[in-house]
Amino acid sequence: MSKLAELRQLPVLVTAALFLLLFLAGALQFDGFATPRVFFNLLTDNAFLAITAIGMTFVILSGGIDLSVGAVVALAGVLCAVLIEKLQWHPLLVFPTVIFLGTLFGLLMGSLIHFYQLQPFIVTLAGMFFARGLATLISEQSLPIEHSVYNTINNFGVLLPGRAWFGSASIILLLVCLFAIWFLHYTRTGGFIYALGGNRQSAKLMGVPEGRVTLCIYALSSTLAALAGIVYSFYTSSGYALAGVGLELDAIAAVVIGGTLLSGGFGYVHGTLLGVLIMGLIQTWISFHGNLNSWWTKIVIGCLVLIFIALQKFLAQGVSKQAAASST
Amino acid sequence: MSEVLQLKNISKHFAGVHALAGVNFSLVEGEVHALLGENGAGKSTLIKVMTGAYSLDSGEIRLNAKKIQPGSPADAQAVGISPVYQEVNLLPNLSVAHNLYLGREPKRFGCIQWKKIHRDAANLLKRFKLDIDVTRSLASYSVAIQQLVAIARGVDCSAKVLILDEPTASLDSDEVALLFDILRELKASGMAIIFVTHFLDQVYALCDRITVLRNGKLVGTYACATLPRPQLVAHMLGKELQEIESQPAKTRDQNETLLEVKNLQTREGLQHASFKASKGEALGLAGLLGSGRSELCEALFGLAQRRDGEIKFNGQALHLGKPAEAIKLHFALCPEDRKQEGIIAELSIRENIILALQARNGWWRAMTLQAQKKLANQYIQDLNIVCPHAEKALGELSGGNQQKVILARWLCTQPQLLILDEPTRGIDIGAHAEIIKLIRELCSQGLTLIVASSEIEELLAFSHKVLVMRDRRSHSVVEGEQLNEADLLRAIAH
Repeated sequence: MSKLAELRQLPVLVTAALFLLLFLAGALQFDGFATPRVFFNLLTDNAFLAITAIGMTFVILSGGIDLSVGAVVALAGVLCAVLIEKLQWHPLLVFPTVIFLGTLFGLLMGSLIHFYQLQPFIVTLAGMFFARGLATLISEQSLPIEHSVYNTINNFGVLLPGRAWFGSASIILLLVCLFAIWFLHYTRTGGFIYALGGNRQSAKLMGVPEGRVTLCIYALSSTLAALAGIVYSFYTSSGYALAGVGLELDAIAAVVIGGTLLSGGFGYVHGTLLGVLIMGLIQTWISFHGNLNSWWTKIVIGCLVLIFIALQKFLAQGVSKQAAASST
Repeated sequence: MSEVLQLKNISKHFAGVHALAGVNFSLVEGEVHALLGENGAGKSTLIKVMTGAYSLDSGEIRLNAKKIQPGSPADAQAVGISPVYQEVNLLPNLSVAHNLYLGREPKRFGCIQWKKIHRDAANLLKRFKLDIDVTRSLASYSVAIQQLVAIARGVDCSAKVLILDEPTASLDSDEVALLFDILRELKASGMAIIFVTHFLDQVYALCDRITVLRNGKLVGTYACATLPRPQLVAHMLGKELQEIESQPAKTRDQNETLLEVKNLQTREGLQHASFKASKGEALGLAGLLGSGRSELCEALFGLAQRRDGEIKFNGQALHLGKPAEAIKLHFALCPEDRKQEGIIAELSIRENIILALQARNGWWRAMTLQAQKKLANQYIQDLNIVCPHAEKALGELSGGNQQKVILARWLCTQPQLLILDEPTRGIDIGAHAEIIKLIRELCSQGLTLIVASSEIEELLAFSHKVLVMRDRRSHSVVEGEQLNEADLLRAIAH
């Protein structure tokens, strides 16, 4: 019996190796690249994307997709701005409200997907238009947020050696990461998510409560997207209806680069985090370079996604061949 | 002995078809109860009703004399009914241990205790003499091991009733012997076991009672010790032994051999097939479920990868790699699963009929609409296809008329060899008779037919000789004087 099936771990390892390679290449090329400061800035700059992508990981693991997250990020930001600046709510009341609304939105999409047996692609596409439309309806302009709580949050953090700033966004990201890992690997529902992605029919026959899990998955994704919207509003100190256009696609790309199987059933949260970091690192590399157009990032990411999909296909074929060989 | 599970008057419809009609079933403590029947007899439906995967239309289920209504597999699992299904129905992407304990993981402080799961899983599998790394994914093990893991889960989940649906299909004889030892142990401890299989040897080796279903109806429940094998087969195939009279055997002049198959083996599981078919002959293919009938039909149509042996057509050796090549040689196949592999439900009758002819002509030489209509209308008339007009979507016709359309699709390609796999399954009696008549007519026109069927009566009605398949091998050819129900049943059963 070969170890080929266990090679499914390979994409995550490849991602990790790629990250190290890029980091080393940058370090050799530029002074000041391989510093804690650059690394922690990666976390801060990409926290909202990483949080969204972790939510997307749940969805893709179950064999679904959520296209609404970018729009939910924007809507959450706009809601924060309006509630704080126009309605004068206190931010500490606004955050739970916005997160709760995000959960509701996800529950609604999950219900449509489960009870009416609709395609997640279509339902979340509709959700995307709805959320983006609603955000733009509330305000077409970018709304600045000026509140003492925002200042406090943005100044909160730990200064690490090498002038590396471990700020609130990174802390939230870290907590989300820990939560996601615990949820996926130490709760029953987490196991059910993998089960549904592995084989929906078998999972049902083994007693997996498909409906409850589906609702939970989409609720989680939207909740995390709303949280990402709040984090993004810290980052920009504003709410803007056109923020995060295409963010859902970046999130999907990060999940795929992180080694999660697009058809579901296999993948890890830390893989997704690595995927986000690689995307951020390419951007950093380009900004260090100075002369390159930043859209090169997209081209490189496009190539990476293709390579990873091909790698997964290759591994999946290897696994099925091996299973066929061992059964005869 | 007390009755553990009782099913009364169970009925279940699918889109107007009776999958189960008033079936009664009972299971007592400490017995192994075989549930037998051909494809479509209703075994799987009955099991899915017991386990909450299907809801029932009428009837009741009692567990320990208490009425239960499992609404989902999880409900059934909670009262101790957990089936092991036909194909391995576990999750290949999860670890072996996770598969064994999915949905009932031991937890402490809100966290799953993986160490305990791995320890328990290893202990559980030791009972099945499996010493494997339970932390690895299920996909990394062979199908036989996966099947044993599925059985281990079923045994561990089941409090009183264990349901095994074709558990031995992918096990070798040692593994089957091991499984039987475990089942006997469980039986001795009072577990009631429902055992679905098509291996009759295994039924007689293990079971106490037998319940036979046919076409969704209960044929009867019998004690294993008092039911001889040919009679069991007769129950399954729908002919009571007493009624059997020998029919005059058809004789035919020996014609030139059209098709000769020698020691054919395929990767898809056909072990060995050798036979000859002459021009204008109807060769019946008999055998129980899983005997290799369909595999042989598919191999002849280029749908299987040949491992060994040869197929000679008109004296020439063939290398059939795909159906398109078979179609070029004027072969035709009406597959067993009409809905999935035969009809294209959304297309009209006309479009379904011209499909194979158009494919053979090549898609660049499209037939004119007029030619298509003419062809369609001709076959609608010739085969007496009951429909308002040729533009009706095929999915809206009855099963019998759908089958006739599939026949028309192939007849218009002027085939030399027509292979029919269960041509009369799921169609009403009137259409049934018409199709049999049609088979006879086609034969007399000089067409060679190979017809697989699980109905003895039907085989006898049109076959010049019958090839009996068993264990994926061609077993014997029944012809001439022996072509009667009793001899044929004996050849199939033994």
